[in-house]
Amino acid sequence: MKSRNKLWIGLLLLALLTPLGIVIPEYFKAGDAWGEWSVETLRAKLGGPAPAKLEENADRYRAPVPDYSIGGNNGNRTVRIVSYAGSALGFALVAYIIAKLAGKHE
Amino acid sequence: MHIPDGYLSPQTYIPLYGVAAGFWAVAIRKIKKELSAKNVPYLGLASAFSFIIMMFNIPIPGGTTGHAVGAAFIALVLGPWAAVVTVSVVLIIQALVFGDGGITAIGANCVNMAVVMPFVAYAVFMLVRGRSTGNRRIFVAAFLAGYAGLFAAAAITALEFGIQPLVAAGADGKPLYAPYPLSIALPAMTIEHLFFGIFEGLVTALLVRYIHRSEPGSVYALREESREIAQ
Repeated sequence: MKSRNKLWIGLLLLALLTPLGIVIPEYFKAGDAWGEWSVETLRAKLGGPAPAKLEENADRYRAPVPDYSIGGNNGNRTVRIVSYAGSALGFALVAYIIAKLAGKHE
Repeated sequence: MHIPDGYLSPQTYIPLYGVAAGFWAVAIRKIKKELSAKNVPYLGLASAFSFIIMMFNIPIPGGTTGHAVGAAFIALVLGPWAAVVTVSVVLIIQALVFGDGGITAIGANCVNMAVVMPFVAYAVFMLVRGRSTGNRRIFVAAFLAGYAGLFAAAAITALEFGIQPLVAAGADGKPLYAPYPLSIALPAMTIEHLFFGIFEGLVTALLVRYIHRSEPGSVYALREESREIAQ
């Protein structure tokens, strides 16, 4: 098998394993990465309101699939996990399609 | 390491957008010149790989999480300019579609992970590897490249956070954006990335070794022989 195809297959497997990125931190009760806190989390850390401009700007933009979860930020855990892997697969699929199309244009 | 909206002041994020845009422009030109159409699939693979690797959050003692970025591996296998483009695409999609990283912070995040990281990784690899063709040296060089690249990205990110209380404070002197000063931000981010760097280093080294073995001659950083000597 061409090694490039092997790489795509490896990527597919990795995509299916991405839920580990949710499950493992949950198991260890780990929080967000440093500096990636939501306003709510930051308020809790500071024991008061977050800095003024941060409060204003943090939630200005509402992404279509926030935190890789189709069900929104506080969706059901299974939905979050499936959505997480789905996001990985989705990105890989789009990349694959573009790669194949570009390959045809030689 | 994805900075959300609200943490950086405009006086920080606007110039960083400028820097990122400059690198995007140069990178696109360089890629058009150096890579042919048959390399596009590899750019797609690289983007997908980076996107996916960033989803593997790793908890560390202290209760935070982090992740590898993959930018070092891409810089070594496809060249740092290709890494600028592929990782930037990932970061932009992450921000726009998934809210992972702020919209105002896209420039900053791209500078940190799609510019600083690939170039530091590339430079470290060249330095450590020298002219050696031995597999062990290449493995070690790739590991250190990944490690140093991630660490550098973390340090720059910490710098961007940490100067906010200085550059953007209200009339009362209280921070308007990121609340933590350098004295907190720098140690917090650098110390934990001393650990995460190990993952990035391993991922980088193992993948470079895999590509080098399965498709010899296709690793960009190992093809630099003639250019290196010329320098």
